[in-house]
Amino acid sequence: MTRPDSRLRALVLGLGYAFLYVPILVLMVLSFNDSAMMTTWTGFSLRWYYELFNDRALLEAARLSLLIAAFTATAAVVVGTWAGYVLARMGRFRGFALFVGLASAPLVIPEVVLGISLLLMFVELSDLLGWEGSNGAFTIWVGHVILSMAYVSVIIQSRVRDLDRSLEEAALDLGASPIKVFFQIVLPLIAPALVAAWLLAFTLSLDDVVIASFLTGPGYTTLPLEVFSRVRLGLKPEINALATLFMLLVAVFVVIANRVQNRKENRS
Amino acid sequence: MRGPRSWRRLFTIAPPFVWLILFLLLPFLLVLKISFADLKFGIPPYTALAQFEDQALSLVLNLRGYALLFSDSLYVATYLHSVKMAAITTVCCMLIGYPMAYYIARSEPAVRSLLLIGVILPFWTSLLLRVYAWIGILRNDGLLNNLLLWLGVIDQPLEIYRTDLAVYIGLVYAYLPFFILPLYANLVKLDLRLLEAAYDLGARPWRAFTSVVLPLSMPGVIAGAMLVFIPSVGEFVIPEMLGGADTLMIGRVMWTEFFNNSDWPMAAAVTCVMVLLLLVPLVLFQYGQVRQLGMRGGRRQ
Repeated sequence: MTRPDSRLRALVLGLGYAFLYVPILVLMVLSFNDSAMMTTWTGFSLRWYYELFNDRALLEAARLSLLIAAFTATAAVVVGTWAGYVLARMGRFRGFALFVGLASAPLVIPEVVLGISLLLMFVELSDLLGWEGSNGAFTIWVGHVILSMAYVSVIIQSRVRDLDRSLEEAALDLGASPIKVFFQIVLPLIAPALVAAWLLAFTLSLDDVVIASFLTGPGYTTLPLEVFSRVRLGLKPEINALATLFMLLVAVFVVIANRVQNRKENRS
Repeated sequence: MRGPRSWRRLFTIAPPFVWLILFLLLPFLLVLKISFADLKFGIPPYTALAQFEDQALSLVLNLRGYALLFSDSLYVATYLHSVKMAAITTVCCMLIGYPMAYYIARSEPAVRSLLLIGVILPFWTSLLLRVYAWIGILRNDGLLNNLLLWLGVIDQPLEIYRTDLAVYIGLVYAYLPFFILPLYANLVKLDLRLLEAAYDLGARPWRAFTSVVLPLSMPGVIAGAMLVFIPSVGEFVIPEMLGGADTLMIGRVMWTEFFNNSDWPMAAAVTCVMVLLLLVPLVLFQYGQVRQLGMRGGRRQ
């Protein structure tokens, strides 16, 4: 017998998932609570959703964040896919260890380190080029691309590595140029991973407080910056409503993406 | 002479490489440089290290930041405390995450993918909002205390919110998926025949686990541990939201130097020492990455 003990398994997984999900469920339930207190339930109400949609500052911040996240995800997928492809297919080259180190560093480096180093880069650049008044949305975008491309390259690298190399070799033997092979064979095969990477980059950007705090300029308040500054002052029930909407959206995304991927795998 | 193939190779490798050097390596070297600068009023708020004076290049290294760091016992205590908190967090993630990853990996494929989504899903939702949820649970008049009071386990509310304990809970909660995912990826590839062989040779389940599964899963454990430990040391958001004023974490100190005191050279020095402290785990993590990526061949089966 190599089957694990089923009662122990249920206990471990039950407690583990409860730990991961109870806080999320608490937020969701409280978002429908009529009371402004986090502790007493006074009745079902959509009051906080109403207040959320009338909160101009929060909505404006959400608009800016969604915009930055979309641009971030797109750029990060381009650069991250390139880096991931190099990691998976180019074998070893001079500086390989440095390349791997730099490509994966943002996965572990504390965000405050990334934040201050990118800020100092922009400051030195504007000093050097006499470049006045850098746009806060632009600098946040660059910072988020650096952060999220590391995650993209990890996803793409493992996907490309799992591809059957003989397909690419066959196309090369038949006279296709390497660029054509990449765009017509590799890219379509890794399309689901590209979508997953785009979504992950999008959510990373949408969630970041630390890097944005360093790189923002006057007048550019992203959603996490706005939420963070409010939460520091105390609990705000409309944030519960925001969190609920946010998580439902992500859950729908992930479930659909998983369905699509499973169907693809079942077919092939 | 380079052939067309090697030129093509160069043009494939160079652009992302140059990008990484420009936007990651260079900025970090700037932090190192500015940690040796002195405070100055103006924009930028620090002095230049190298100056041309009387047709001679003068280089001034200012050690004010570092001198302060090592003479003030509060900084030293903060570094030690950050490392301690990150280490305890990592151990807790191992104790909770290892059994979870193991049982997920040993589940039926259909259940497995569902369980895996369960771990990934929180990872995709806002960390800021999930940590915020813990405030409502851990506060003195929060859900946990109300529940325990109602059950009669305690007579008066436990003080958890704004203590180190709350920070530990937040850190373990936030970083648990980072430990489970690489470990799961390792455990799911485990050859079950090895385990069967151990049983056939008469090993009890615990013995089979400690002498077969555990050693084989060490690369996954190390990768996961580094993904938890390194960012935890410099974490800012979680101690700021859940910790008390006396929760010493180096990310917070650096933040205060930078934003509240506007002392950029000091913040840079704090950052450099933090990275220096993380050098061994960072190298360990990178070594694992290089070894994993350096493996030749297409499919790893």
